[in-house]
Amino acid sequence: MDSDLGLFRDGYVAFVKEDCPTCLLIEPVLSRFADSGQLNAIFSQDNKNFPALNITVDDSNLRLSFQYGIETVPSLLKFEDGVEVGRIVGWLKSEWEDFCEFPDLCSESFQDFSPGCGSLSVNPDLLPSLEKKYGSGLGSRLVEFATTEDEFEKMYELGWSDGLPLVPPTSERVSRMLEGTTRSSDEILAAVPPNLVDLSIEKVAINAVMAGCKPEYLPIVLSALEAVCTDEFNMHGLLATTMPVGPVMFVNGPIRHEVGMNSGMNLLGQGNRANSTIGRAVQLTIRNVGGGKPSGVDRATHGSPAKVGLCFAEDEEGSPWSSYSQSQGFSPSQNTVTVFPGEGPRLITDQLSRSPDELARSLAMGLLSNCHPKIVLGMDAILVISPEHAARFTDAGWSKEDLNRAIIEHSIRSTDELIRGANGIAEGLPEDFAGMELPKFRPDGGLIIVFGGGGAGLFSTSIAGWLSGDKGSKYTTKEIVK
Amino acid sequence: MTIKVLDPTSEVTKELVVSPARLRTLDGSSIGLLDISKPRGNVFLDALEELLIQAGADVKRFTKPTFTKPAPVDLRHEIASQCDAVIEALAD
Repeated sequence: MDSDLGLFRDGYVAFVKEDCPTCLLIEPVLSRFADSGQLNAIFSQDNKNFPALNITVDDSNLRLSFQYGIETVPSLLKFEDGVEVGRIVGWLKSEWEDFCEFPDLCSESFQDFSPGCGSLSVNPDLLPSLEKKYGSGLGSRLVEFATTEDEFEKMYELGWSDGLPLVPPTSERVSRMLEGTTRSSDEILAAVPPNLVDLSIEKVAINAVMAGCKPEYLPIVLSALEAVCTDEFNMHGLLATTMPVGPVMFVNGPIRHEVGMNSGMNLLGQGNRANSTIGRAVQLTIRNVGGGKPSGVDRATHGSPAKVGLCFAEDEEGSPWSSYSQSQGFSPSQNTVTVFPGEGPRLITDQLSRSPDELARSLAMGLLSNCHPKIVLGMDAILVISPEHAARFTDAGWSKEDLNRAIIEHSIRSTDELIRGANGIAEGLPEDFAGMELPKFRPDGGLIIVFGGGGAGLFSTSIAGWLSGDKGSKYTTKEIVK
Repeated sequence: MTIKVLDPTSEVTKELVVSPARLRTLDGSSIGLLDISKPRGNVFLDALEELLIQAGADVKRFTKPTFTKPAPVDLRHEIASQCDAVIEALAD
């Protein structure tokens, strides 16, 4: 910071503004001290000719005032070997004489005391732009906690948390997080629901820090948010519904390994930082920037752990089939994130089927209970198929498409069993659907099959969806932009 | 040492919106009934419409395209410009 000028090496510097009665009062003192040769410079915040001395330096852009943390004028700072060794503020005659080691700094009749004024560099109107220009380069408001306050408790009190502890988003941590993307911190990513507020990359980075993300996760968080914040995905609806859904995310492409995501054993559970924090960062952003909070716009009756943030990766290397993203037209080298309006995961057990057809029937039956066994077609689903279940199909030469088709065919039911009142159950399809044969899922994309999980276990997992299509939410896959 | 953190919220200040004055009478008022397209919302609104007409109100019916999304801005404007008050049927 201008140490090349030598002004901040050895001796004193002062910060003043003309619009401060105390600064005006001590003008002769500054002049006398300057004559002694010990005062290297007087930085003036509002008039480069005040005081009219040859050591007065224009600081009307407030760069040095900001960088040296000047809160009050006048401030007098002392340096030794380029290091600040002390500072005094305002005017107290005895204090100035001691600090300057100058017994006759002013006449005996000179006023003893006068308080200082606020430095222009801490003016609340100017501070954000100074932070951006001369500080960390970040534009967000700084929130300061007192020494005796517990910052973790304060962040809870401010309503920023989803219930779990947050990592304090200091400027240093947020700046490091932003190194995870090539995108500019002030770029507007989307309008984030429900309040449709402009979402900057910086705000996402702050929430990603709080969620516990590493910088290399940030591109996944950004792309997931872009995918979520669209009218088609309808995040507002996912919040406002009484059903327990959130944006369930899964990742394809080499980035899975670069950031260390889990696609194997316990991929939907705890224990992996990337899986656990990427989804959480998306949800915290929606909470804090978008304003989507439980009991506010979020009206879920029960909610679900999936609403904390559910994110996983597909095991492309272990899969006998092409990846989900390839089925959507992406190449294996492209990184993608798929966002799906879904509930929490639920197990479908089948430890006895040995033929592919038996197991397809069994999985179809398990999936029928999504939402309600008598409600069909309105909702999509993800089936996370385990290695042992997948082997039943690949051993018999089935492709993933064969499996998808078979499950949907085996889910077809006579609507006479599904209409309202059938089997003594009021819930069900409207009566005018009687006399039809309908599958649980629409054949054109109603069932997503993703490969993953531990090597042992004759189980697969169903993630039930919310209302699909134009009437609800459309799931989507987005390429991850670094 | 104090700790400074960056604000994770939108920093958008809320605008205070004053509710319109309550209607003094239904007689001669224009009342909008908004069906959000949930099952049986129409049953509730049909019954309300009868009662409102009996009380002398002029009833106008509106429907949201889907209950899962906020009402389109054009629909909100239409209701605001044509009605003195609106009743929304929320659920099934």
